Amino acid sequence: MADQEEEQDNTGDQNHKPQDLPQVLVLKPPPVLSVIGEESFLSNKYQFLKAWESPLPLHQFLTAHAGSIQAILCSGAAPVTDDLLQLLPSVRLVVTASAGTNHIDLEACHRRGISVTNAGNVFSDDGADAAVGLLIDVLRKITASDRYVRQGLWVSEGDYPLGSKLRGKRVGTVGLGGIGLEIAKRLEAFGCNVLYTSRKKKTFLSYPFYSYVCQLSAHSDALIICCALTDQTRHMIDKDVFSALGKEGVIVNVGRGAIVDEKEMVRCLVHGEIAGAGLDVFENEPDVPKELFELDNVVLSPHRAVFTPESFMALCELVVGNLEAFFSNKPLLSPVMDV
Amino acid sequence: MNQTGKEKNPNLKKISGIKMKSIGVLMTCPMHKYLEQQLETHFNLFKLWHCNSSITEFLKTHQGNTIRAVVGDTNIGADAELIASFPNLEIVASYSVGLDKIDLRKCEEKGIRVANTPDVLTDDVADLAIGLILGVLRRICASDEYVRIGKWKDADFGLATKFSGKSVGIVGLGRIGTAIAKRAEAFGCSISYFSRSQKPFANYKFYSNIIDLATSCQILIVACALTEETRHIINREVIDALGPKGILINIGRGAHVDETELVSALLEGRLGGAGLDVYENEPEVPEELLGLGNVVLQPHVGSDTVETSDAMADLVISNLKAHFSNKPLLTPVI
Repeated sequence: MADQEEEQDNTGDQNHKPQDLPQVLVLKPPPVLSVIGEESFLSNKYQFLKAWESPLPLHQFLTAHAGSIQAILCSGAAPVTDDLLQLLPSVRLVVTASAGTNHIDLEACHRRGISVTNAGNVFSDDGADAAVGLLIDVLRKITASDRYVRQGLWVSEGDYPLGSKLRGKRVGTVGLGGIGLEIAKRLEAFGCNVLYTSRKKKTFLSYPFYSYVCQLSAHSDALIICCALTDQTRHMIDKDVFSALGKEGVIVNVGRGAIVDEKEMVRCLVHGEIAGAGLDVFENEPDVPKELFELDNVVLSPHRAVFTPESFMALCELVVGNLEAFFSNKPLLSPVMDV
Repeated sequence: MNQTGKEKNPNLKKISGIKMKSIGVLMTCPMHKYLEQQLETHFNLFKLWHCNSSITEFLKTHQGNTIRAVVGDTNIGADAELIASFPNLEIVASYSVGLDKIDLRKCEEKGIRVANTPDVLTDDVADLAIGLILGVLRRICASDEYVRIGKWKDADFGLATKFSGKSVGIVGLGRIGTAIAKRAEAFGCSISYFSRSQKPFANYKFYSNIIDLATSCQILIVACALTEETRHIINREVIDALGPKGILINIGRGAHVDETELVSALLEGRLGGAGLDVYENEPEVPEELLGLGNVVLQPHVGSDTVETSDAMADLVISNLKAHFSNKPLLTPVI
């Protein structure tokens, strides 16, 4: 429910606005806000309260505005913890500008009766395109041979080593949500055989389902990680999974770095225990294990799987749409939890 | 194993498996180790590159009439000089689907059979076309470099461009063009094409004029055969029609594109980007391209997977064996 009155305060805080609009706290600007620009997020239904622009220490800032903050716009860089929610008793909605929700204490939100929305399916196409692009690149050695050409080696050394065909490859997706489904649809057109593991089998789909990721890995030539990061999926891709994947197997990760035991993956790559990797995410971004820089069978992407202007515009519309719906008492557009 | 039946060529002998080993086959250049081994196993193999790839030099130490078959590829095929040098030449089996390096008219004139390797490489070439699109639009190659040289620690990489849903134009809707279209459809792309004639079975928009095609699409893919008509089919006019947001993908032949015009368009920003697997003078790649972040450069690897290279090799061998056993060729051109 939207309050119409806003408390006056005497702190001299630059962010104090005299309008009646309900306030949406933004601790740090999510990438989409920085890239698209604040103007695209303007609305007559709410206003942003930008914590990073305040000279006040955060705790003081939050305490000062606690009464008027009814929603939070967050992203990976600005997590929503139970402690934060404790300071903001008027919050009824958390909007994240991402598909992932691992930076939000969902249990705390549920307990406090706070709704959560995420990026829904706006990233599904781009996420899938990135995953497929990385898979083709690893199997066909596109980036490595592009480097080869640029270094003049095609002239001096001759042809580049052969790659590996896509048709007939068994590709196991870890997760078959919005992005996973779009990946599967694309891979079918290349003649790949799609298999998957997921929290629950999708009865409406005919792709072979495996309850355990190790089983999936044993039956796959390539694994694509496209699931959420949760307590259950943290380091799910471990030594056993890599062992089951085998020396000819490749891995693509467009989920979260922490889903994979990165140290183990690097060890497997360096020792040739798996054949290659296409990675958009890492455990400790922007740090990337240096050993990977020496490898030609690895493609590295700086967490850009969904960073296209088209996706960002769609995300902006969705964020605004969710906030406006909330403050108009209308159904949320992309609820993760709707209380 | 003796064969009966009519023979087209009076010179053609009925051949047994053992006698095939005496048939002289010339391989024009190193193509694929497995193919070389198979040719060595089944025939009397001669390697032109042991004579500096020169026919003249080859003929100094070998009798021209020993060669009854030539295995060529996209580098060295069978031109008029080669054909004239081997009077007993019966068949040219190309380790490629493209025929632009073979003097087909001369072969027809002299009753020389020609075989190639269609279909087995269609998937790989189509896969590479999509891989190039994603590499250019999603900046996969450029961002890999960004990470490797440590720039991610300083600043985030910029935005890429979405591929899904974009408009794709295909020049040539043959086997490879069709395979590319099917893949692009899975990305939600709209497909249109330019071809010598409209394909009745194709559910895509047909343009009888390549400029109209280039104007209408954002991603233009060259997937046709190289002939006299299609040489430099991608010229300045087409490139300008494609425009500063357009990208060109060439998995056909280098000579399809006016390379000088392509380079200047890219340098001047009149073309948005390019993904190239072929060049006018391989393995030479225009130096100006080597420093550009909006191009992806491949060393003619369209069909270069282990699986496909082996399948192509098997097809070459099968065609040769079929010919010398008086059986129908599997994939005849002439």
